[in-house]
Amino acid sequence: MSQTTDNPAFTAIKASITENPVMLFMKGTAMFPQCGFSARVVQILTHSGVPFKTANVLEDAELRDGIKAFSNWPTIPQLYVKGEFVGGCDIVTEMFQSGELQTLFEQNGIAKTAAT
Amino acid sequence: MTNRTDRIRAVLTSAFAPEVLELKDDSAKHANHAHRMSEPGHAPAVGETHYRLAMISAKFAGMNRVARSRAVHEALDAEFKSGLHALALDLKAPGE
Repeated sequence: MSQTTDNPAFTAIKASITENPVMLFMKGTAMFPQCGFSARVVQILTHSGVPFKTANVLEDAELRDGIKAFSNWPTIPQLYVKGEFVGGCDIVTEMFQSGELQTLFEQNGIAKTAAT
Repeated sequence: MTNRTDRIRAVLTSAFAPEVLELKDDSAKHANHAHRMSEPGHAPAVGETHYRLAMISAKFAGMNRVARSRAVHEALDAEFKSGLHALALDLKAPGE
């Protein structure tokens, strides 16, 4: 991870991934995703039934650039579980299909809140 | 001037010596993206922004998914900085 501490967005990013066990940085909102890749990750999380929080990078230029630098990952969406970077749309999709994502949630004690 | 598709192919071929390299320009499907307008510095609305890549390389053996993707992102850093916007990745080692 590139952790240049002078990036002003890093403090807010660290707080959001610490406070929210499942945190998704995306384009748009869970209700109205603005990008197909972000939409797919929202769909997977919703289907998984775990509670998650989203941040809309389109509303915050500092966050949009900051999250890419923070994770050393050039694209959005980005999923964090318990403060750890998991991946973008491809990785999340692949992990969901193989069952690894569900295992990751279970191992981290993230319980389903909704039957879907 | 070589286009982005050619540059990506050349960079990946030299960095990963892949057994398989399939690269598809999906930009047309994303031509009307709302976010394209809102990202100054990103590519003009004429393709070469969204790609899908499937690659099999021995270099990926022993690397997890995030590490494989990061290796590809790193190799293509100049392209991301010059308007490459989305890159869907399917990265395997031989035999997977």
